[in-house]
Amino acid sequence: MAVIEKIPASGLIQRFPGGGLVLTTGESVLKWGKASSLWPLTFGLACCAFEMIAAGASRFDIDRFGAGVFRASPRQCDVMIVAGTICVKMGECMKRLYAQMPEPKYVIAMGNCAVSGGIFYHDTYSVIKGTEALGIPVDVHIPGCPPRPENLLFGLMKLQEKIKAEKSERR
Amino acid sequence: MNGAEIFGLLKIKIPDAAKEDQTGAIIIPKGMLLETARYIISSALDFDNLHCITAVEKNDNIELIYTFYSMKRHRSLTLKVRLAFDDLNIESLAKFWKSADWFEREIYDLFGVNFPNHPNLKRILNPDEWTAHPLRKDFTHPDFVKKPRY
Repeated sequence: MAVIEKIPASGLIQRFPGGGLVLTTGESVLKWGKASSLWPLTFGLACCAFEMIAAGASRFDIDRFGAGVFRASPRQCDVMIVAGTICVKMGECMKRLYAQMPEPKYVIAMGNCAVSGGIFYHDTYSVIKGTEALGIPVDVHIPGCPPRPENLLFGLMKLQEKIKAEKSERR
Repeated sequence: MNGAEIFGLLKIKIPDAAKEDQTGAIIIPKGMLLETARYIISSALDFDNLHCITAVEKNDNIELIYTFYSMKRHRSLTLKVRLAFDDLNIESLAKFWKSADWFEREIYDLFGVNFPNHPNLKRILNPDEWTAHPLRKDFTHPDFVKKPRY
């Protein structure tokens, strides 16, 4: 008697044609799962947020990459998409939000402002010159003013590649 | 009633008032602001809306530009007051027009002009612990990058 027939309701289980085994390592399955279910923080700072919203809606559909579950709490998030201009006052909030996110956590700097200050680089007193100027490490930079939703999706795919390639003792 | 007639009425009340040729704005001395405000909000002129207060830093003074509008009579008035750098204090208009409250807080925040008798004079936009006033020409900050001239 095969093992499968001992399972209750085994009639509902169909045999895989040809049978066979999938060989993998636990770690790569873990990484695949991690990369395929990135939950972003609902965190739009300026006009780039609209491109992020468009990427979340049905036309571009960020859900195809498993990253459509925008959470309103940093404690449930994996990735912070910094979408927009970082003001001095918002910088403090951002540092706190980043600190509240559980490990492993990733940051996508979306748009020129989040990369380097963008058009607000010169002659402004209230804008922080990029996410890294705040001391928050950035995994993927997406240039553009604002980047199109496709650029955001491309950045997301690059982040997934990075997660799949990272060494296990990284964090 | 056009601008010249308003100026004529104001000139009777405030003899030191002067008209700026290019803009048509009326320049009044700093000490006469409260009296002017009391007059233009009264039934003679009916400027019931303080539309905006702006500040400009000139070479030797800071100029406050008050824009009034009359909802009843559909006309506007621009007043200018010049403040010397050694005495950046001017009476608050918040008791006449409620909108002056936030405008004056903004000017205090960005230019460092003090408004005695203001109900709540503290910074409106920038962090409370800042001491500098960012729209002044002499403003500097370690992270401030001046735009190069091409």
